[in-house]
Amino acid sequence: MYTTELQKNVQAIETAEDLALLDAFEARVAADEFIEPKDWMPEAYRKTLVRQISQHAHSEIVGMLPEGNWITRAPSLRRKAILLAKVQDEAGHGLYLYCAAETLGTSREEMIEALHSGKAKYSTIFNYPTLTWADIAAIGWLVDGAAIMNQVPLQRTSYGPYARAMVRVCKEESFHQRQGYEAMMALASGSPEQKRMAQDALNRWWWPSLMMFGPPDENSPNTERSMRWRIKRETNDELRQKFVDITVPQAEFIGLTVPDEALAWNEAKGGYDFGEVDWEEFYAVVRGEGPVAKERIKSRRDAWENNAWVRDAAAAYEQKQRGRAAA
Amino acid sequence: MSGHDWPLWEVFVRSKGGLSHRHVGSVHAPDPKLALAHARDTYTRRMEGVSLWVVKSTDIIASDPADSGPIFEPAEDKVYRHPTFYDIPDDVKHI
Repeated sequence: MYTTELQKNVQAIETAEDLALLDAFEARVAADEFIEPKDWMPEAYRKTLVRQISQHAHSEIVGMLPEGNWITRAPSLRRKAILLAKVQDEAGHGLYLYCAAETLGTSREEMIEALHSGKAKYSTIFNYPTLTWADIAAIGWLVDGAAIMNQVPLQRTSYGPYARAMVRVCKEESFHQRQGYEAMMALASGSPEQKRMAQDALNRWWWPSLMMFGPPDENSPNTERSMRWRIKRETNDELRQKFVDITVPQAEFIGLTVPDEALAWNEAKGGYDFGEVDWEEFYAVVRGEGPVAKERIKSRRDAWENNAWVRDAAAAYEQKQRGRAAA
Repeated sequence: MSGHDWPLWEVFVRSKGGLSHRHVGSVHAPDPKLALAHARDTYTRRMEGVSLWVVKSTDIIASDPADSGPIFEPAEDKVYRHPTFYDIPDDVKHI
């Protein structure tokens, strides 16, 4: 899973900062060198990364919720085992990313608190409901597909710990997309009712998936700096176009129709033309007005609070062991 | 509100017998046993390893990037430490 960077209000470089250090930093990044935790970096780079990486981590964690509630209802033992493994991977991805963000000086506790209080954002896609089993297939195919599109270039992002986390995530993400497409393929070649279910899921997940790439380039003011700093390697619109170009033939292959009347192959550009995303809806979901936004955060908070006793017990056990060792 | 996180542990995995342990990431855990358990769940879900090490992050002593010049640059002008520095006629074998 992936979240695009949603709040872009980072200050300009503070004038007090040493311009020579900044020049050296910019030169290193321009030469595709990696920046490591103890290296000097501009405050704005640090802040942007903390926000971007933690939003990404939160998306992995919240992403477990819509899928997790389908584990008990998966249609076969095979699908259940697969979904369980996928959800476990999402937890792992969240953990890799939280650790990467922590190397920048924030703490796990601060990040989790920011998620639970609503201060931190996560991907808009998870604030849509998962109504049928086909939605779980669609999420693997489209949402993880979009995530891969976003994450592959981030393996070369300039911040070393983030890039390394992305290498691990990308290795594991391909399974997520393939199992989703396979589940969708099974439905699309099933009974008329199953096929309707598959088409309905595609209809509802197509546009939110395109929104995952973030606002159009002309409304993404910090893209230029993020590209220069190699925090971002391709623009939102470039990635969105790539996603449409590879996904449309996949839908056609299993006899499903992408819900966009403006969709047409454009020979001259070697890609598809497609309709305008409903940006009003996107910004509403970013503001927290997604259909199940409140429910998601409540589930997340409940999971955290109801399992506090496990963390407390582990901490108490450690103290007891330490007391015994000292005695 | 900060300061309640469990300690951080660095995780090292030996991918197979005969190879060294290699740093793969980190986990939070209250004690060594749980650190190993978390490391196993987080970093070896796909047969990535046959052995794990966890080390408290605070126990690692790291060199300072600001000192990397004095530490590492002296090696740069000592090319005679490499075998390719020496010109040996092609006719001489096994050297």
